[in-house]
Amino acid sequence: MIKAKIIVKLKNTILDPQGKTIQHALETLGYKEIESLRSGKFFEINLNMDSEEKAKSIVDEICRKILSNPVTEEYQFTVEKITKL
Amino acid sequence: MPSKLKFGVVVFPGSNCDYDTYFVLEKIFNQDVKFIWHKDRSVGDVDVVILPGGFSYGDYLRPGAIARFSPIMEDIIRFANRGGKVLGICNGFQVLVEAGLLPGALLRNSSLRFVCKYVYVRVENNDTFFTSLCDEGEVLKLPIAHGDGNYYVDDETLKKLIDNNQIVFRYCDRYGNVTEESNPNGSIYNIAGVINEEGNVLGMMPHPERCSEPVLGCTDGAKIFNSLIHSLLFTEEFFK
Repeated sequence: MIKAKIIVKLKNTILDPQGKTIQHALETLGYKEIESLRSGKFFEINLNMDSEEKAKSIVDEICRKILSNPVTEEYQFTVEKITKL
Repeated sequence: MPSKLKFGVVVFPGSNCDYDTYFVLEKIFNQDVKFIWHKDRSVGDVDVVILPGGFSYGDYLRPGAIARFSPIMEDIIRFANRGGKVLGICNGFQVLVEAGLLPGALLRNSSLRFVCKYVYVRVENNDTFFTSLCDEGEVLKLPIAHGDGNYYVDDETLKKLIDNNQIVFRYCDRYGNVTEESNPNGSIYNIAGVINEEGNVLGMMPHPERCSEPVLGCTDGAKIFNSLIHSLLFTEEFFK
């Protein structure tokens, strides 16, 4: 079994009002050292297969097709072998 | 001359303006209307497909992102590529950009608030099937109700949209001045509605179906439906 961990976030060139709001809240709480904050989405997918290479190509396709919108978002992911529960 | 067009209103799980749209088309404009279920594989015999407002699939992932893969979408893309007229209103607009039938994307409102109010939009292009009865520069008063209406395109695409006259509506004040204060959601260039290059697919955030009869206090939305009906019936007559 393969576990894929995927992060999707807005491209750096695009304003992230949600991240900005969270950043302001943290500053209000006294965390003065925060330089910047970007929000995003996290997905965890278990794939019923053993080849990491194949899993990478499937996850990449899923990211491009549906999990991210290439107009505004970028994604990154890792895959790792896990033992079945 | 045929007096009626055939409209199909697509129903996704979570659509909530489908009945409003059906109602105005049938009762106010006296047209033939049917619902198209999202699991259908064909739009059938229709002149216009309308993707209505709402929250298809609960707006999960991104608005329109999951509806875009509904079984019916394949035939809607085929229909659009054959020149069929497609109108996406609000969530329908979001589905159209996710499906790649229109350029750009619709992001969270810059205020992070759901905005539900009347706005003014200026008709930038009246040389379309959807705005033929409007004057160029005419100001329409239409309601919006959305949390993700912040239209985004990159600079290169924006230039293309401007050059091709694909921007149909821009948010403005009641006198038609395009200002920052009149932009309800942070949309780039105050864009409220765009059309594809071929001129047969329009997406708009305002809801014309919510202001098409006098009892609702505003009838500017009727201009969109009347334009569509008149221009399509007229073209049909012309090519006979």
